[in-house]
Amino acid sequence: MAEKSLAKEFTKGIIKENPVLCLVLGTCPTLAVTTGAKNAIGMGVAATLVLICSNMVISLLRNIIPSKVRIPAYITIIAGFVSIVQMLVKAYTPEIDKALGIYLPLIVVNCIILGRAEMYASKNKVIPSMVDGLGMGVGFTAALLMMGMIREFLGTGCLFGFPITKGLLPPIIIFILPPGGFFVFGMLMALANRINKGKSAAREPGCGSCPMVATCSKIQNGEGCDAQ
Amino acid sequence: MKGLIAIFLAAILTENYVLCKFLGICPFLGVSKKLGTAFGMSVSVTLVMVMATAATWPIYTYILVPKNMEYLQTLVFILVIAALVQLVEIILKKLIPPLYNALGIYLPLITTNCAVLGVTMLVIEKGQADASFGYVQSLVNAFGAGIGFLVAMVMFAGVRERIEHCDVPESLKGLPITLVAASLVSLSFMGFTGVVENLLA
Repeated sequence: MAEKSLAKEFTKGIIKENPVLCLVLGTCPTLAVTTGAKNAIGMGVAATLVLICSNMVISLLRNIIPSKVRIPAYITIIAGFVSIVQMLVKAYTPEIDKALGIYLPLIVVNCIILGRAEMYASKNKVIPSMVDGLGMGVGFTAALLMMGMIREFLGTGCLFGFPITKGLLPPIIIFILPPGGFFVFGMLMALANRINKGKSAAREPGCGSCPMVATCSKIQNGEGCDAQ
Repeated sequence: MKGLIAIFLAAILTENYVLCKFLGICPFLGVSKKLGTAFGMSVSVTLVMVMATAATWPIYTYILVPKNMEYLQTLVFILVIAALVQLVEIILKKLIPPLYNALGIYLPLITTNCAVLGVTMLVIEKGQADASFGYVQSLVNAFGAGIGFLVAMVMFAGVRERIEHCDVPESLKGLPITLVAASLVSLSFMGFTGVVENLLA
């Protein structure tokens, strides 16, 4: 029984609650680093590592951290792990470090990580939290990879840096530029909507997906920033 | 002076944080439904960006670099920004209640806004690449980035109000069509490439 529910924790992050396409979290790196499949994998793996480690530590400390200062505490823990991952990437894969640039340290403010800490790790035991982190991380990586492959293929005619079309199809450069990122993301989300037929359609990233939702006094008073 | 104007204009047009660098997309998509909220959010972001840069630049240059602790950049910057936002909230609440009522909602959200952390780190990166890019240039860049955010938000809020009344295909309703619109707005900003260099050449 326990194994079954662990498997469920893992798969929900990939399909049903895919952080990018369904929960609409972490949109900045999704758009910024998906100019190529390689960068997408680098970003995905780095974020997954941070997600697993921070979920583990936050879950271990969930009864110790006072709830009033939990957000700063979470941010500190996450920032610590991001620094570690940043150093590892710099040391072992300098070219990925160069490609990701500023977006690598910006994993700190990736809403997926703080969101999972707040929504899941702070309420659950260590093992399920780690599995949740892994599932969310894999879901994030999968979505990034899909975007990266589409954009790289249409924009340069290559996949993972290997030429595929060899000039048969002229590359549409706009796809690796910023507008292409927005466009491909929109189309993928429309596709996800179509497949789900509105069952778990992507929701507007208003206050619902904000990691500060639990602490925001304005939301509790019904004056959140997306209040109509 | 010419250099400062170039930095300012470049931060708004060619290096627009939202549309060209993909920083601060969450508020861009989440809070741009109405013109009023979009404006309030952008003003708060601009305020915090300038103050965060004003605080983190000296910390990095005069504390972290002499002590060879550059690797703590991420950790220190996010904590400074979080503390700063909290401080601003308390001060505004006490001293200027009307302003707090207008901007207070957005302040806690800004801690986790990647555009703010992004601008503080990017100005340090620019300073390392070019020695003449000092404190004043960094502040101007941060202010420009904030104004760029404001321009993008306000413009996009107008576009979204128009979309509300359009007949959109079922699957594209909501966020997907918003992203397609963002793509078109971003496309128009690509047209600014090279404008700043030629304008002040």
